[in-house]
Amino acid sequence: MAAIELRNVTKKFATADGGTYTAIEDLSLTVEDGQFCAVVGPTGCGKSTTLTLVSGLERPSRGEALVHGEPVRGIDTGTGFVFQQDAVFPWRTVLDNVAAGPLYRGRSRAEAAALARDWLRRVGLSGFEDRYPHQLSGGMRKRVALAQSLINQPRILLMDEPFSALDVQTRAIMSTELLHLWDQTRPAVVFVTHDLEEAIALADKVVVLTAGPGTVKAEFEIDLPRPRVVQEIRLDPRFTRLYGEIWEALRAEVAEAYARTTRVAGVAS
Amino acid sequence: MIDTPTRVQPDGAVASAPGAVPTPRAASPRRRANRRRLGLAGVRLAVVVALLAAWQLCVNAKIVDPFFWGEPRGVWADLQDWVTVGTSQGSLGDQILVTLEEAVLGFVIGSILGIVFGIALGRIHLLSEIFAPFLKAANSIPRIILGSIFTVAFGFGIQSKVVLAVVLVFFGVFFNAFQGAREVDRNLIANARLLGASRWRVTRDVVLPSAFTWILASLHISFGFALIGALVGEILGANQGLGLLIRSSQNNFDMNGVLAGMVLVAVIALTAESLITLLERRLLRWRPPQTHGGAAIE
Repeated sequence: MAAIELRNVTKKFATADGGTYTAIEDLSLTVEDGQFCAVVGPTGCGKSTTLTLVSGLERPSRGEALVHGEPVRGIDTGTGFVFQQDAVFPWRTVLDNVAAGPLYRGRSRAEAAALARDWLRRVGLSGFEDRYPHQLSGGMRKRVALAQSLINQPRILLMDEPFSALDVQTRAIMSTELLHLWDQTRPAVVFVTHDLEEAIALADKVVVLTAGPGTVKAEFEIDLPRPRVVQEIRLDPRFTRLYGEIWEALRAEVAEAYARTTRVAGVAS
Repeated sequence: MIDTPTRVQPDGAVASAPGAVPTPRAASPRRRANRRRLGLAGVRLAVVVALLAAWQLCVNAKIVDPFFWGEPRGVWADLQDWVTVGTSQGSLGDQILVTLEEAVLGFVIGSILGIVFGIALGRIHLLSEIFAPFLKAANSIPRIILGSIFTVAFGFGIQSKVVLAVVLVFFGVFFNAFQGAREVDRNLIANARLLGASRWRVTRDVVLPSAFTWILASLHISFGFALIGALVGEILGANQGLGLLIRSSQNNFDMNGVLAGMVLVAVIALTAESLITLLERRLLRWRPPQTHGGAAIE
């Protein structure tokens, strides 16, 4: 049984002027248990929407979202979610942020704190327990978000361009650390990104979406060996070959999305 | 009275000099900041002294009639008299305590009610749909008039003033709490729910702390409202309090007494303001330092 399955889902949103906007249309996607799946596509193709459907934050307008064979009805706490923007609680210290999940799931304060300390050690933030998020760098806040999510040992981990706000070097380092952490519990991952290199370096499978309304254009198996070091795998000739193949599929969609936005801009100005 | 401050001012200038003279370039930033603060305080004091002196001089030169407008010297004399001899209603301390009690009670009760209702309506859509028009209507009427009703209904004691203060405080806090509860970052709520938080925990752990930046901004103004409620209540009818003191001074055509009462109220308001600022610093410790200071909108 697949960990995540989207069956012909369509998601429409009401727009401010009374119309509807179709974010994704007739999209089907399967992610196996323990599989790392990256979703790439041009801006505005509904990449993030797929995640909100799997997490239960939104319901599909048509079609079905299944997690472990069960239809998603409302928010499933067996799912971890790492947001694009900071979603750590700014009024909580690092320790309290990470301990939030276990506390909400009924652990005692002491247990939750002990667990949180362990996870802070794993993400390399020991010694920062009493800091507030604003006192940390962007990369450190991402580590807090990762620990906050992974501490609950989710079977499904959804990541919405989690590293897009980081600088290039920090991003590569964080990616490698993410793979290392993922390897410890091996949840099924859907990792949304617009960066094809990042997608190939991390994933077992790369899914290319069309320009909005998004649907699956092509899927690619990434057979690069693990464990991978993100900073170095880009030099592998197989990586370059895969990049070429996938870019071929992605290029037309990116061009289409770009043409649309510039056309809109042209009309507006 | 006028001499004293002018003596302080050169003191301030002298105190700051030694730091500057021996090592003018090596003055530490903290020292420079201190000197700047002292300098500012000196200038402010000078402004107050100048205004008071001008007022007194105008009175002396018979440009301003102290019967209508009072005079600094008379205000000072009244204050001295109240402190040393006592007021017509008993000791000055008692009057201040009564007014303070009314204002603080009204402030606390009004704030708590405002926060509870504001957050509840901000969180529960149906409630806000039902009650929002009523609250808007209630907010648009001049509530100070209710003081007359409360005085008749609750009598000359402390209750009528507390109720008036509560009514004045409630709306300001309510609307800010309501707005604050609605402006919470959706990602934060989604994150808390995905981490397993119940609706109540989301309210307590996410909505309330997030709305507190808004609520605290309203608390600054609200203590002033509470004080107005207490004073107006006392002016409308009371046995004790600063409002009554002001009222009886007015009845005796003693404008210096009215102004002296005003000075006391101002001192109370400023003290309360600084206490609220302390509370704010404590509660908003998690914010980056440059955004401290009660800005409601970011």
